Amino acid sequence: MVFLRTLFKNRGELISFLVFFALLLVVLPIALPIFRLNLVGKYLSFGFVAIGLVLLWGRCGILSLGQGVFFGLGGYCMAMFLKLEASDPKSTAIQSTPGIPDFMDWNQLTHLPWFWEPFKSLPFALMAVMVVPGVIAFIIGWAMFRRRVGGVYFAIITQAIALILSLGIDGNQGYTGGRNGITDLKTLWGWDIRTTSGQYTLYFLCVLLLIVAALAAKYIINTRFGRVLVAIRDREDRVRFSGYDVAMCRAFIFAFAAVMSGVGGALFVLQVGFMSPSLVGIIPSIEMVIFTAVGGRLSVIGAIAGCLIVNFGKTSFSEAYPQGWLYLMGGTFIAVVMFFPNGLAGILEDNATLKGKALKLFAKLKELKASRATKSSVEAPIEETP
Amino acid sequence: MSNRNSHVLDVEGLGVSFDGFKAVDGFNFYLAKNSVHVIIGPNGAGKTTVLDLICGKTRATEGSIKFKDRELLGTKEFKIVRAGIGRKFQNPSIYENLSVFENLELSHPSGRGVFGCLTFRRTPAIIEACESVAKQIGLADKLDTEAGILSHGQKQWLEIGMILMQEPEVIMLDEPVAGMSVRERQETAALIRRISENRSVIVIEHDMEFVKEIADRVTVMHMGKVIAEGTMETVQKNEKVIEVYIGH
Repeated sequence: MVFLRTLFKNRGELISFLVFFALLLVVLPIALPIFRLNLVGKYLSFGFVAIGLVLLWGRCGILSLGQGVFFGLGGYCMAMFLKLEASDPKSTAIQSTPGIPDFMDWNQLTHLPWFWEPFKSLPFALMAVMVVPGVIAFIIGWAMFRRRVGGVYFAIITQAIALILSLGIDGNQGYTGGRNGITDLKTLWGWDIRTTSGQYTLYFLCVLLLIVAALAAKYIINTRFGRVLVAIRDREDRVRFSGYDVAMCRAFIFAFAAVMSGVGGALFVLQVGFMSPSLVGIIPSIEMVIFTAVGGRLSVIGAIAGCLIVNFGKTSFSEAYPQGWLYLMGGTFIAVVMFFPNGLAGILEDNATLKGKALKLFAKLKELKASRATKSSVEAPIEETP
Repeated sequence: MSNRNSHVLDVEGLGVSFDGFKAVDGFNFYLAKNSVHVIIGPNGAGKTTVLDLICGKTRATEGSIKFKDRELLGTKEFKIVRAGIGRKFQNPSIYENLSVFENLELSHPSGRGVFGCLTFRRTPAIIEACESVAKQIGLADKLDTEAGILSHGQKQWLEIGMILMQEPEVIMLDEPVAGMSVRERQETAALIRRISENRSVIVIEHDMEFVKEIADRVTVMHMGKVIAEGTMETVQKNEKVIEVYIGH
């Protein structure tokens, strides 16, 4: 009970959490064909990034336009393992160097680069999915926050990092697969990820991990650390002069958001079957911020829902008007920031408080009526006595 | 400078210049234990800058700041706070959307590291500490009130309370009674006298009546320099002081 109370501030939060994940775990798998469900799973992998952004941007006020970097790092770590498994000597027998990934062979590489070696091990790859983005984010964050780089400058620098990484991957085709990315991923420890049952399993794995991530985020939000994050956003100097190491707090939450993004990237790779620099660069990084903004940057569930809503919008709208989508999304983003800074979740919450206020007012009126009624019944006999 | 051991803070030759302009120059200041030391001076004299230098917000270009024989110059802000120096800002700087209790709790010194924050539990001792500070600052019946809706004076008190929570040995207050009513000023004076019973307080203030009421010692600043120091009475008789400050 105490634990539940740390996670959910009130019953409404608990109910919306349960309803949302019941929808993902029960209703969607029954209602949607596997092709669509797989798409949902793909969108949900962005949900991990969105959860990170809720903590980082919504709570702590740090806008990162480079979350695609960490999504990509996590994704590439996973893809490297899968690619190595798909490139066993038997199935790559026609290459001039069998046993290495096909794109390396096309680029005249004759042996596996050293940094690919450890990715032959699944436990190492799974660890790297979280550790690589986390450590890199911590170093970048610590370097910047210690020098009090923040606000727009931080956003611009993260944006630049996203560009650098996507160009770097693009330009080193022999080591990274270049613009095509890492494709033709087949099995995970011999288990085929492309079959229908494999996709179902991965979808449920994705949702379950998303629940874990959402609970972790909710836990952080409701601890003292969560309050410190908000305090840093609103009154940085006061927090510093209450004896907190503001730079360390920021670097930690930046690293935490990066770990989340990395896990999302890995799940993306498993469900979609490839990874490419187009998911690392500027546009995906900004898109992820938009998902979060539309859903609600203060609400964990809102942000995940934002990923689903915007992506479904993207799929259905761009089927009809392929050119118009970017304009529509940009317009939506501007509208949300200007009119609904707390996104859809904010609108719903406002409605709830409005409803609560109306109910309170109603109860007060009733009380007033009742008290007036008793008053008049008390007063009435007095008037009659003379 | 009398017995060194009776001082909690020794500031010597402190100076800072912004693009060649010396905002504070050769500033000497000795803070006695359990006393209230007020810094006065006309606008732009460098009073707030002195507090900024002591608490590390601005980095001094010369001089030394010794807190119980530990050099503070070049130390990070949060480490200075943890060493035992608390600072209140000129404008009430509180967390408006948290309750009074939460404001105080967030200022409690236990669990200030990242992992300390993540595993922080509201223990009875912490609740007790918050309640006792709330009593001191006259907000005992407002613990659950959102800090944003407090009156201006109450916000000032709350910020003082947040600093008391840190149990510092030195408290620095920047114009604590600005914008307060007469009654609130009196209550603040009493509060400052009370908290200086077991710690030292540096106050920056303009209101002379208020200064008379609280000050054990007064330092007068003008153009970044100390021009007089002593009790309020001796300072008031100083000709230089009368000339630059009190005279007009």
